[in-house]
Amino acid sequence: MKKIIPKHPFVIRWTHWVNFPVLGVMIWSGLLIYWANDIYKISLGDILLFKFFPDPIYKSLNIEHRLSEGMAYHFTFMWLFMLNGLFYIFYTIFSGEWRYLLPNKKSFKEAWQVLLHDLFISRKPLPEKKFNGAQQIAYTAIIIMGIFSVLSGIAIYKPVQWHTVTAMLGGYESARMIHFILTIGYVLFFLVHIMQVIRAGWNNFRAMVTGWEIKRTEAKEIIIAPEPEIISDEIAKEL
Amino acid sequence: MKKIFSEEELLNKKIRNKTLISFGVFFLFIAIAICLWFWVRHSEKIEGQYKPLRKVLNANEKVNTFLFNENDLVKTYPKSEGAKKVRANGNYGNKGSHDTVVWRLRVLHSNPQNPADSVLILSLSDIQQLQKQEECYNFKCVEGWSQISFWGGCRFYDFISKYKLGTHSGNAPDKNHPEDLYKYVSLETPDGGYYVGIDMKSMIHSQTLLAYEMNEKPLPENQGYPLRLIIPLKYGIKNLKWIGTIRFSDEQPKDYWFERGYDYDAAL
Repeated sequence: MKKIIPKHPFVIRWTHWVNFPVLGVMIWSGLLIYWANDIYKISLGDILLFKFFPDPIYKSLNIEHRLSEGMAYHFTFMWLFMLNGLFYIFYTIFSGEWRYLLPNKKSFKEAWQVLLHDLFISRKPLPEKKFNGAQQIAYTAIIIMGIFSVLSGIAIYKPVQWHTVTAMLGGYESARMIHFILTIGYVLFFLVHIMQVIRAGWNNFRAMVTGWEIKRTEAKEIIIAPEPEIISDEIAKEL
Repeated sequence: MKKIFSEEELLNKKIRNKTLISFGVFFLFIAIAICLWFWVRHSEKIEGQYKPLRKVLNANEKVNTFLFNENDLVKTYPKSEGAKKVRANGNYGNKGSHDTVVWRLRVLHSNPQNPADSVLILSLSDIQQLQKQEECYNFKCVEGWSQISFWGGCRFYDFISKYKLGTHSGNAPDKNHPEDLYKYVSLETPDGGYYVGIDMKSMIHSQTLLAYEMNEKPLPENQGYPLRLIIPLKYGIKNLKWIGTIRFSDEQPKDYWFERGYDYDAAL
């Protein structure tokens, strides 16, 4: 027998799906801004490993010479990003949903098991609950990253008005780098998140849209279900 | 005959219907988001920016003006930290004559005694007679780079106080009577190729300079010789080089980068 089990509350689903395009616009417009002074790179000594970003990336995404457009989008969508994020945070606090989302002592051990399972090293089944330890850590970390994106954003948007925030993050240039690294973090999070959603399957994905998931009840119950007995009675009569 | 559904079939039907409704709403949400996107991209442009975005930029400016605290100071550094090679980005507006023998600063102003625009013409030495102010701070470009640089000049506030400029009454500005001050200052290069408009509150800030020195030497040609604006409260785009004309007004003056899609106040 199947059962409809409520999983994700309405507010969590909506803030999640609103955040998706909003953060998308923030990252894209951020790239339009970053292009105007694209100084970050990863190098080992004198050897350049990766430049953020190579020209073909800019060209294929049509990023070049669009600074004012990028700023206009960024400083419009920042409001949506912040309001949506604040709404989510307040909701999780006051609804008690934080209990499922915040990591606890066991989360880190569990996250290690999840990692081993996902890399096909361990065959132990994953714990059956709303969010496992790895999810708790990831979904809490992404909120903290969001808070720091807002803070480092303020620090480089209005470094005079909000000089205390700028100073707290190590100055103007340091805040800009933090803002950039967090963005790379979102892209990496997104890639892993998508892979995990695909692996978890339809029932899990559907729950993020509908709010509920289907659980199959124990096989034992099916055996003691009344239907087979009725059929056997009818057959008995005919006989 | 009525078809009888088993409990499992009924449940499957219920699941299917609930799923369809939820995904219907979900796709509607996606459709609305896409429509909003095209609505922005196909809106008319105001001063080089899509109208909905321009409206938000103007609203952001109001928030910023509300939060503006004229006592906030931009962090300063010891002058030894000032860069020796100072980055020079723009050369818009450098086609005028900058020879100090012929160069003059023109200040357009009007007052009740003289309602028509009258012109005050000053030489560099007139400006240098005002008390000199030095400033070493992190200059920030709208492109995203910044550099600590060291400047010398006179405070803009001292300048308008000495020559009784920037007020409706024609008196020297008085911080107790802010309503007497014009709302905006407009600065333009001698050739008219570059121009900025700046709110008076930022112009009379104690760190806003009419600068004629960089690293204790006269400004280099590419840094706006003989006179440039240094306004640490704003991005570099407002720090006009090669000042030719200064005006005062209550209406927002034209601004080179505002016309090209940037926000008007470029405030930091």
